Formats: sequence, structure tokens, C-alpha cells
Amino acid sequence: MATPANVVEKFSSKVFHNYGTVELSLSKRERRLIMSYMYVAMISLLVGGLMGLLQVLARSGEFELPWGINYYTILTVHGVILALVMTSFFIIGFQNALMGKTIGFSKKQLNWAWVGFWIMLIGTVIAAVTILIGKANVLYTFYAPLKAHPLFYIGITLVVVGSWVTAAVNFRQFYLWKKAHPNEKSPLLAFMVIINMLMWCIATIGVATSMLIEIIPWSLGYKNTINVLLSRTLFWYFGHPLVYFWLLPAYMAWYAIIPKVIGGKIFSDSLARFSFILFLFFSIPVGLHHQLTEPGLDSTWKFIQVILTFMVVIPSLMTAFSMFATFEITGRKKGYGGLFGWLKHLPWKDVRFLAPFVGMLAFIPGGAGGIINASYQINTMVHNTIWVPGHFHLTAATTVVLTFFGIAYWLIPHLTGRKLTDAVNRLGIYQTILWGVGMTIMSTAMHIQGLAGAPRRSNFSDYGGTEQAAEWGAYQMAQAVGGTILFFAILLMIFIFIKMIFFSPKGEQEFPIAQEEDHAEPTPKWTENWKLWIAITLVLILFAYTVPIMDVIQNAPPGSAPFDWPIGS
Amino acid sequence: MHLHKYEKYWLGAGIVGLIVFLIILGFGAFYLGTHPQSHGEIIDPENIEANDAFKPENRGLTKVDEGRYVLNIVASAFNYDLGTDESGAPIKNIEIPAGSKVLVQATTPDVIHGLNFAGTNINMMVEPGYVSTMEVELNNPGEYTLVCNEYCGVGHHLMYGSLEVVE
Repeated sequence: MATPANVVEKFSSKVFHNYGTVELSLSKRERRLIMSYMYVAMISLLVGGLMGLLQVLARSGEFELPWGINYYTILTVHGVILALVMTSFFIIGFQNALMGKTIGFSKKQLNWAWVGFWIMLIGTVIAAVTILIGKANVLYTFYAPLKAHPLFYIGITLVVVGSWVTAAVNFRQFYLWKKAHPNEKSPLLAFMVIINMLMWCIATIGVATSMLIEIIPWSLGYKNTINVLLSRTLFWYFGHPLVYFWLLPAYMAWYAIIPKVIGGKIFSDSLARFSFILFLFFSIPVGLHHQLTEPGLDSTWKFIQVILTFMVVIPSLMTAFSMFATFEITGRKKGYGGLFGWLKHLPWKDVRFLAPFVGMLAFIPGGAGGIINASYQINTMVHNTIWVPGHFHLTAATTVVLTFFGIAYWLIPHLTGRKLTDAVNRLGIYQTILWGVGMTIMSTAMHIQGLAGAPRRSNFSDYGGTEQAAEWGAYQMAQAVGGTILFFAILLMIFIFIKMIFFSPKGEQEFPIAQEEDHAEPTPKWTENWKLWIAITLVLILFAYTVPIMDVIQNAPPGSAPFDWPIGS
Repeated sequence: MHLHKYEKYWLGAGIVGLIVFLIILGFGAFYLGTHPQSHGEIIDPENIEANDAFKPENRGLTKVDEGRYVLNIVASAFNYDLGTDESGAPIKNIEIPAGSKVLVQATTPDVIHGLNFAGTNINMMVEPGYVSTMEVELNNPGEYTLVCNEYCGVGHHLMYGSLEVVE
């Protein structure tokens, strides 16, 4: 008969001890670092939002841009500053807050984190200047052979390099923590940060390779021609995981912060970790689904990557289940019965919950639209129509952004040593509603207009006066209405930020981190088999990309010379 | 790792739905043959006329047989070259009888374009170095706007033409 001690021994060798998540307090220097990221994100939001307003007004055909400003300069600023700058600064700042709260920074690590911040900021400023002087009207995808000023590419590359420095710091923090705590599971939020940064580092290798060996030498004149399809394929190898790099921090908040905000516990630590591992596997080997209508790629490999794309449905369903399970369990514990009675317990008047919740709702049509986009032949119906920006204004600009706002309502006062007041909370609720209404109008108009064939990324045009173009015009007006509402929502958000930074009363705002149930099932040790997770990720990438990339290189047409006159420079 | 009973049902239904969905996509693609354009032939972007289809005299619509047409298009910043009429003026509007089969072939001497006859299945990227091709059957009468739907420069929205499918 086995002794109890043996049983415990055998049991514990496969699972982690659970000591609960230790919460550290953020030091003054850590707070200053994180706030620096937040300032850049806020300024980006304001600038990007203003560009969005000018865009919808210009495209309605009723307004002309003042001072001869080019529509496509504005479109480039809007895309670069919101999709690349605001997101990455907010995310890295937030992730550093999570690392500081669960693992902590040494003095040296913090210095390196500052190095990462400055490299990113310098890169941003360099790229911004080239765009603002009209030398980089290439949009945030900078498709060759359109050629921007070389400093535009160098600036963007620096942003990526800066993010790598922070990733290295985060990996180092995590590694040292694991070494010091051999039999403990890593803090859930730190685990999630590491998954996201791993995905980011593996994905950015694509765009960095393209920049360093193709685009930058070509834009400087050291190389005469470029392999256009290779640069596009490497871009989209990075471009799809980029959207998961935005989404996973929102999921971190959904899995491990929202439960605390609503007064509940984490639904399942192991499931949360497992879904993040699946996102790591299936975010990268899927970029060809952005290139379905391109001539130079083989249909079989396109289809294979479509199948891999759809694998993210599984962790997405797991996430949806976990969210609503947490809501229901928490409600029932509080004594709300009935089939849907538990919905009543949810803190609808707490903006820290409401904003992310509206984000979750937007993900239902957003996710459904994404399924359509990735559906191989169905993609032809919507490819490059304005349906596509309609889609990602639901997923990125609503699900992700509203969750980020939901985080900011407690994170910023926490960092500035102030309280989230009732007045700010109320303003936040108005902000969320305004955003929801504005986006519903704008995104619905874009979706319908896209199904009617209207192109994306285009200034107003009557296309020679066709009936179709006149029909699109009506939706472009609706877009302008929605976009204007959104701009007011952004102004309100900036006002809220200023209130939270400078004017709210001093105090200690809670940094909500959810705990597991007291008798939660222990997390199996295999969840932290990092070598295996990285190996599987790389094998999937090699499987999905080796043949297509060899094909693109071996069967390449004559390369393309740079073209700068089409962008007006 | 423990999965809640309802979560098993939820994921099970989701995964079955996903498999059925992928089988339908695969059936449409590989059995019925509805692929997006793929694997176009290559061409020298600085000498597109080396390919017969893009010689000036072959651009635009050509009837090859009863109910069968070829439409050769050169997309460039910021114009669609759909050939010229008898007087030598550029054609901007193309007419095709309903029920015709049309093979669309396109290429570009400069940057990336997105060739789309809005409202039809003809939607394909046009990239320097490649010939984009797609064969469609045009059955529904009406006017379809030819637009460029991939950003190609500051005159991107000024690239257009139209296609009329007539009874």
C-alpha cells in the first residue's frame, strides 16, 4: 500500500504547487517607465484619431482637405500611428506593468527596458517626420515597389528593434524567476506576456529580414531591384501575428484581470495557458491568407495556410467559454439564480468591466467577419474592399482598443498614485457608449459598402459617374457620421486621461489581478515545456512557409526598380 | 487538465462545425474548381510587350469564339489600358453579352494594383512580374465599375473604367 507521502510525491511531480499569485508593488522607477509608454500611446491616439476624422470627411466627398494636404499622407499617418505605434507602446507598457507586478525588475533590467523605450521612440519620430514631409505616402503596409524615403523604413525597423530589447528583458526576468522557483508555476500573467513576446519575436524576424536584406538597401540605391512578392510574403508572415500581438494583451485582461474586477476567480489556470500556447502555434504559419488573390503563389499552399488559420477557432472558443463561465459562476456564488439571472450581478456601472465587455461583444461580428475573410475563395468577394477595414475596426479598433481603455481606467491612476473617481467612471461609461455607437455606424456602413464592391484605401472618387459609385457615396456619408462620433469619443478619452493623470484625488487605485479558486485543480507541468512549444511553433512555420518561399525565390520574375513618383515625392 | 462537461460539448460542436466548414471550402475549391487566381506566369515588368497579350494592338476585349472573349488589361499608375477604338481614343467602357465566358488577363509595368470589377468575381491583385488571370462567366446584366482596390499612389482613386453586361 502506498503511503500518503508517496502519493503526494507522485502527484506533485506532474503538477505545479499552487502558492497563489504573489503581488509585488510597482516601484517609482517602474511606474515612470510604464507611464512613459502610456504617454506615447495617448498622443498617438489623439493624432491618429484626428487623421481618422479628416479621412472620413474627405471620403464623403463633401469636404476638401485644407492646405493641400494629401489624403494618402493622412491615411499613412492614421495606419502607422494607430496600428503600429499606439498599439505597440500601450502593449509593451502594459506588459511591463504585468511583469513588474508579478516578477519585478532589477535595476539593470529596468535600465535595459529604458533603452528599449528610447529606441522605439526615436524610430517612431524618424518615421513620423518622413511621413509628415510627404516622403512616405506608402501606407503602413509599405508595399514595394512603391518607395518611401529610406529613413521611413529605418525608423520602423528601430521600433521593432526597440521592442526586441524589451522582449529580451522580459525573457531574462522570467528565466531568473523560474530558476529561483523550480517547483512553482510561473505567474499566469507573466506566462502570457512571455507567450506574446515569443510570438512577436518570431514574427518580426520576417519583416526585419525583408527590411534589412531587401527594402533598406534597395531604397538607398545599393540594390537596383527588389523581389516584390518575397517582400510581400515576408510582410504578411509578420502581418497576421501582428493582429494577435494586439489581441493577446486584451485576452490577458479578460482571463486574469476582469474576473477580479467582477469579484470572481480565474475559471481555469491551465485552460488559459493552453489557449495561449495554441495562439502561439497558429498565429504565424498563416500569413498567405492575406495574399489569397495574388498571382505568384500556389493554390495548394494557400489552402493549407487557410486550414492552419482556422485552427485559432479552437482557442477562441475556449476563451469565449471561459469568459462567460466566469461571469456565471461569479453570479451564482453571489446568489443570483435562474438561467440568465447571473447576468444581473455583473458590474455594468463599472467602466473597468463595461468597456472590455463591449469589446467582447464586438468580437462576435468581428470574428465572424474574420472567418469570411480567411475563407479561401469567399475572400475574393471582399478582398481589398472597404469591408476589410470595416472588419478590423471591429476587432482591433473596438475589441482591442476598448479593452485597453478598460485597462487604462485603473492602470493610469495606479501609476500616478491617484484614484479612479465616480465622475471619471461615469465619463468612461459615456465614452464606451459613444465608441460603441460611432463604431456600429461606421463599421456597418463599411461592411455593406464593401459587399457592394467599394474599394478600401481610396480617396473620394465618382469613378466616372457609375451608378455603383453613387450608391457607395451614401455609405461614405454614414461613415463620416460614425467617424465624427468616434473622434468626439477620442477627445473625451483624452480628457479622461488628463483628469486621471493630473486632477484625480491622490490615493491607491487597485491593480486587479485575479486569483484561482482555493481548491482549483493544479496546473500540469507540461504547460511550461517551453522548448517543446518553441519547437512546435518553428516546425509549423517551416512546414507552411518553406515551399512557398522557395517557390517565390526560384521562380522569381525580373525584379522591380523603386518607384517614388506615384507617391508624389 | 480538466475540461468542464459543457466546455467539452461547446468545443466538440465548434470543432465539428469547423471540420464541416473546411470540407465545404475544400469541396468548392478542389472539386468545383473555384480557386482565387494562383500561380500566374511571369513576365518582365520592364518589357511587358514581350508577351503577345499585352502588345498595344491586343489590349482590350477580343472575341475568340461564340460567347467566348479575352480581355487583356494593362494596369499602370494611374490608368487602366483597355485598348483603343477605331479613332484611336482610349476605351473606358466595355460591353459583353450576358452569358459570355471571359478570360481576363492583366499585368503592370510599375507598382501593385488591385483589379476589381465591383460586383463580379473578377477581383485579383496585379503585381509587377506576374500575369494575373481569371476566367469568369458573366450572367447578370448590369453595369460594373472597374476600380483599383490596392493602393498604388496618390492617383489611386482615379483609376477606373466600366463593364456593361448586356442582354
